[in-house]
Amino acid sequence: MNTKVAALPHPSGDKRFKMLDAALKRCQFQPDSLLEVLHTAQELFGYLEDDLLIYVGRSLRVPLSRVYGVATFYNFFSLKPKGEHTCVVCLGTACYVKGTAEILESIENTHGIRPGETTADGKLSLMTARCLGACGLAPAVVFDGEVTGKLGSQAVLDRMKGWRTSV
Amino acid sequence: MSEDVLKAIIDKESEANEAVKHRIGVCTAAGCLSSGAAAVKESFNRAIKEAGLSESVRVFGTGCLGLCDAGPLVQVETREDGHVCACLYNSLTAELASQVVSQHLLKGEPVESLLCSEENPFFQQQQKVVLENSGKIDPERIEDYIAVGGYSALQKVVTEMTPQGVIREINISGLRGRGGGGYPTGLKWSTVAKSKGSRKYVICNADEGDPGAFMDRSVLEGDPHRVLEGMAVAAFAVGAEFGYIYVRGEYPLAISRLKTAIRQAERQQLLGNRIFDSEFNFRVDLRIGAGAFVCGEETALIASIEGKRGSPRPRPPYPAVKGLWSYPTLLNNVETYASVPPVILKGGNWYASIGTQKSKGTKVFALAGKIKNTGLIEVPMGVPLRKIIFEIGGGIPDGRKFKAAQTGGPSGGCIPAEHLDLPVDYESLSKVGSIMGSGGLIIMDETSCMVDVARFFMEFCMDESCGKCVPCRAGTVQMHGLLKKITEGSATTNDLAQLEQLCELLKHTSLCGLGQTAPNPVISTLRYFRDEYLAHIVEKRCPANVCKIRATPAATVEEVHA
Repeated sequence: MNTKVAALPHPSGDKRFKMLDAALKRCQFQPDSLLEVLHTAQELFGYLEDDLLIYVGRSLRVPLSRVYGVATFYNFFSLKPKGEHTCVVCLGTACYVKGTAEILESIENTHGIRPGETTADGKLSLMTARCLGACGLAPAVVFDGEVTGKLGSQAVLDRMKGWRTSV
Repeated sequence: MSEDVLKAIIDKESEANEAVKHRIGVCTAAGCLSSGAAAVKESFNRAIKEAGLSESVRVFGTGCLGLCDAGPLVQVETREDGHVCACLYNSLTAELASQVVSQHLLKGEPVESLLCSEENPFFQQQQKVVLENSGKIDPERIEDYIAVGGYSALQKVVTEMTPQGVIREINISGLRGRGGGGYPTGLKWSTVAKSKGSRKYVICNADEGDPGAFMDRSVLEGDPHRVLEGMAVAAFAVGAEFGYIYVRGEYPLAISRLKTAIRQAERQQLLGNRIFDSEFNFRVDLRIGAGAFVCGEETALIASIEGKRGSPRPRPPYPAVKGLWSYPTLLNNVETYASVPPVILKGGNWYASIGTQKSKGTKVFALAGKIKNTGLIEVPMGVPLRKIIFEIGGGIPDGRKFKAAQTGGPSGGCIPAEHLDLPVDYESLSKVGSIMGSGGLIIMDETSCMVDVARFFMEFCMDESCGKCVPCRAGTVQMHGLLKKITEGSATTNDLAQLEQLCELLKHTSLCGLGQTAPNPVISTLRYFRDEYLAHIVEKRCPANVCKIRATPAATVEEVHA
């Protein structure tokens, strides 16, 4: 019965599920490929909503408790949707020594969100990283996936101007 | 793949190299890419096409050239009358790149104002073994790696040596685990070789989680084939047929280069079945981490590869006996595997001649923080810290004073100015209360508050604790709370005593390395900078002016703690 569930297409008809199915097939529905599949799922959908976790669990025949356990254990997986734009502040030692705490504080104060949160208008997500390995550029901040280094607080805020209309 | 094919590639490559007059290596490691190396490379390509030099110039991307601070870096090698001279340009932009083409390539006059002095001690004082190819080859072409002698160590091992012979050579070399622990590599290999199991695994730990460390990343990005070759040699020695590389999800470039490298090696039959027409089969697969520091711990890493939460388990049994899927598993760090090919090619004795009596070979350090030359360096073991910081690193910028060097990340400690003449090797570092760690070296000047640094690392450990054992899960929270109290100026001497008690508790009762070493930054800062702690607690001030001490009237403090 279970195997049949896995073979059925997702009822929503969302095309991204087809791509997820392909990834599942590549892993031969092996339970130990859970992390790989979650990586793919997050790439496709942006974040891991409950429905998606259930679907992955069923397909791999892994209990939902374990899927949820893994998805919440690793920092990389996000169970909430991200904002339109993301800003990741590196808090590695080199960046910390060069003052990213201040940068983070200024973003928090300006946009009223804490790391891991998204602004109410859904425009901006603020995150922190534990070292991007770009210590030569410290302090490093990632704007929408683009690593930028050696910026001060004001310059960082300027880079994000226009992301939100109200601020 | 047979021997002749390897040789044919080498010949073809050297012929192709002689045909071009200039080789332009644009650093495309993460640091330089972030400072705009892709645009510089593009601009070189365009300018060279416009100048009609496409035939005589080769532009390629290379691995890390070291001085990340001055990126994008570009190396121009010019071949004239049989010898090669190289110039290194720093801080190039797309516009400056076309200037280099018009002046250097067309007129033969290097643009002096843009050159990075090769006499800079940063380049002079290093000895490159692991990073020898980084910056010289295109990491996305296997031919480049083969042309500089790549995969010949694997060939030698498979065609001429026995597994025991390989382990003997590694033993002679005195190579020790470069992930931080410093366990003798040869001993680990022979344990796995002796373990009985119907199959065995080789795992490369590329989950470089220490904040402020980017050595493994640079090796993977600059010379991925070297790691594959090292793993294959290890697999041959211990009798494994399958390997995994567990790489951080935060390193997308390293992941893509590794994927390319594996595909190329498979196509050349350097990975797969019957390597060099022998009985030896070896395959490698990638596993992508998902941002958990604890997965750097070997048993947690294995759990993560098995698709579970990355929780460590008690040892023994060690992975060498019972590892991935309960089979004997060899687990080494990126840099350890990358050190293997030269050991095989040049011999264990050669490797053992570098370094100190107990710490052999070279070590790669990621130099960062308050230092002039931020970047990646490789030095022989035993080099004094002073030389690394003040000669290679160029000293502290803005005329400030050196305060401490931090090694080993959240598991390590701080080394104060009084120990600057310390030789950097496993034993000396642990004698002063720090560890070698994986190679992150963060320099701090007088504007850093050591209590705040200790709090920073404790916050890291608190966040990254997997929650399996109580001392680590609850202890790090308590310790962070106490440290926070100190940095806010609301702590008493009793709090300090409790903090010290907790240090001992965590050290002795935690399940894995994360919890056992979490107190290290506190212990070492207390050892050398106790006066700073006391200044926060008694005088309610932060000597470095970092902590925001809340002006609490003394009476209220007493009331609270009455």
